[in-house]
Amino acid sequence: MSAAAQPASVGQRIRRWEGLPYWLVLPTLAYLVLFFGWPMVEAFTLAFREEGVWSLDAFERMYDDLRFGEALKTTLILIGVIVPLQFALAVSMALLVNGRLRARGLFLYIFLLPLAISDLAAGIVWSSIFTERGYLNTILQHLGIGDPNLPRIWLDPTDQTTLLGTVVVAEIWRSTALIMIILVAGLQSIPKEFNEAAEVFGAGFWQRLRTVTLPMLKPSIQVALLLRVILAFEVFATVIAIAGEGTTVLAAEAYRWETTNQDENVAAAYASLILVLSVVSALIVLRLLRTKKEQLLR
Amino acid sequence: MRTAAIGTVKYAFAILLALWVIVPIYFITLAAFSTEEAVYAYPKQLVPRDMSTDTMRFFLDSEGVVPSLQRSILVALLTLVIALGLGVPAGYALARFAFRGADTFRLGIVATRAFPIVILSIPLAVIFLRWGIDDTVYGVAIAHAALALPFAVLVTSSVFAGISVELEEAAMTLGCNRFSAIVRIVLPLALPGLAAAAIFVFIISWNEVFAAAILTLEERTLPAQILTLLNASPLPFKFAGGFFLLAPSLLVILVIRKYLFNMWGRVVK
Repeated sequence: MSAAAQPASVGQRIRRWEGLPYWLVLPTLAYLVLFFGWPMVEAFTLAFREEGVWSLDAFERMYDDLRFGEALKTTLILIGVIVPLQFALAVSMALLVNGRLRARGLFLYIFLLPLAISDLAAGIVWSSIFTERGYLNTILQHLGIGDPNLPRIWLDPTDQTTLLGTVVVAEIWRSTALIMIILVAGLQSIPKEFNEAAEVFGAGFWQRLRTVTLPMLKPSIQVALLLRVILAFEVFATVIAIAGEGTTVLAAEAYRWETTNQDENVAAAYASLILVLSVVSALIVLRLLRTKKEQLLR
Repeated sequence: MRTAAIGTVKYAFAILLALWVIVPIYFITLAAFSTEEAVYAYPKQLVPRDMSTDTMRFFLDSEGVVPSLQRSILVALLTLVIALGLGVPAGYALARFAFRGADTFRLGIVATRAFPIVILSIPLAVIFLRWGIDDTVYGVAIAHAALALPFAVLVTSSVFAGISVELEEAAMTLGCNRFSAIVRIVLPLALPGLAAAAIFVFIISWNEVFAAAILTLEERTLPAQILTLLNASPLPFKFAGGFFLLAPSLLVILVIRKYLFNMWGRVVK
């Protein structure tokens, strides 16, 4: 390449590359349209259309099924109980590893361990603990609690409160790390001076948490809450591994209608319902945690 | 005095939370390496005494486990190839070019996370039947890649954004074209971050059970195999299977822990 030709060729080169970013994102775009957009449309089509006719039959079959009410109720209860509890836990963990703590790197690593554990594996782990001849009853026996010859049955379908409690424990154990890592990243972006200033003016720990840390953490909390609530509508294998047929959730019903009952229309009706519920909850989260300008100015 | 007491309380609290995470992992490990009698025994052993690899071997020798394990690895590798093959160029474009529509594209990618993508395996089952790839590893890999692709785009874009543009421009002044500058300068620097992203994409697929169980009947992946046999299988199978699914995820966190904050910290923005 000669030096004289250089200026023109640079200009040409830039122009030639102008379309490049579009070519680079095109495959991703095409893939998502094909395997995310299209199936989504197809889910609604399957749910609303049977044998070439538009109808609500699939939704009627879904609604008339005895397990529908139970699945919807259980899913919502699980979200309502799990999410607040695990947020409190995640905030505690994040504050601990972000503060002055010896061996905080080690603690951070330990708290992160469940991040990549699957719902199925977590369900099996906790079923080994809660099962009748499992680790929890073993520990209780060592502590001398309860009748040693009559281990307590934790996974009793007729005692839904306890059964759901075991699922709550397993899900909190599995899915809190995701929230914590988002909150730790958020905490690290808060300038140290803010808390130091509050301390100088005599604010105690709780006051600083309420007036400085949590408000500054709001964007991270919003993202974590969004991800968590959406994932909670998909809860599936944890429930099956722990409770078997003892209780049910929306995703488990979608699975059952698709596989056991081989009724893809009702399964698609469940899928549509889960999609709509997820998007509605996402919008609610975004609206509830919207940062108001007046609040910032006050 | 008072600060020392607070320090102790804080430390005790941290240890308590650490135990809450670790003890269940310890129990399943203990169960997976107990002798058969110890697996069924009650009360259970709380310290490792009757240990053996028989339970693990029983699981691995069970019918269908090894083939489904092979399929799981194949599906995860295919997912990796699709998600990074498509996601890395898109991530590079987002990090390097201010093109019209870039913000919309990024927002669209983030917005896909507001949808439970796994649920889409139900309509995908119908589509794959039409295409003749129902009950194959390819179908499962396609579904898993749809799940992992948005993640791959966002993470790789943050990896590339962390590499200075000046290096790339310097290489281009010194005679590289854009392509060779990427291959010789950017990729080597991005490699650790991309490897971490790859490992996480692999584990997303390794862990996924809903789509895998919906999209296969004979050609089960390991989680799908374990899920469908769960309530009909003996305890040793269940516990060893649980441990086998869990072990890689612990290893993964150990290997990529340095990059987790880059992943999630940036994904948040």
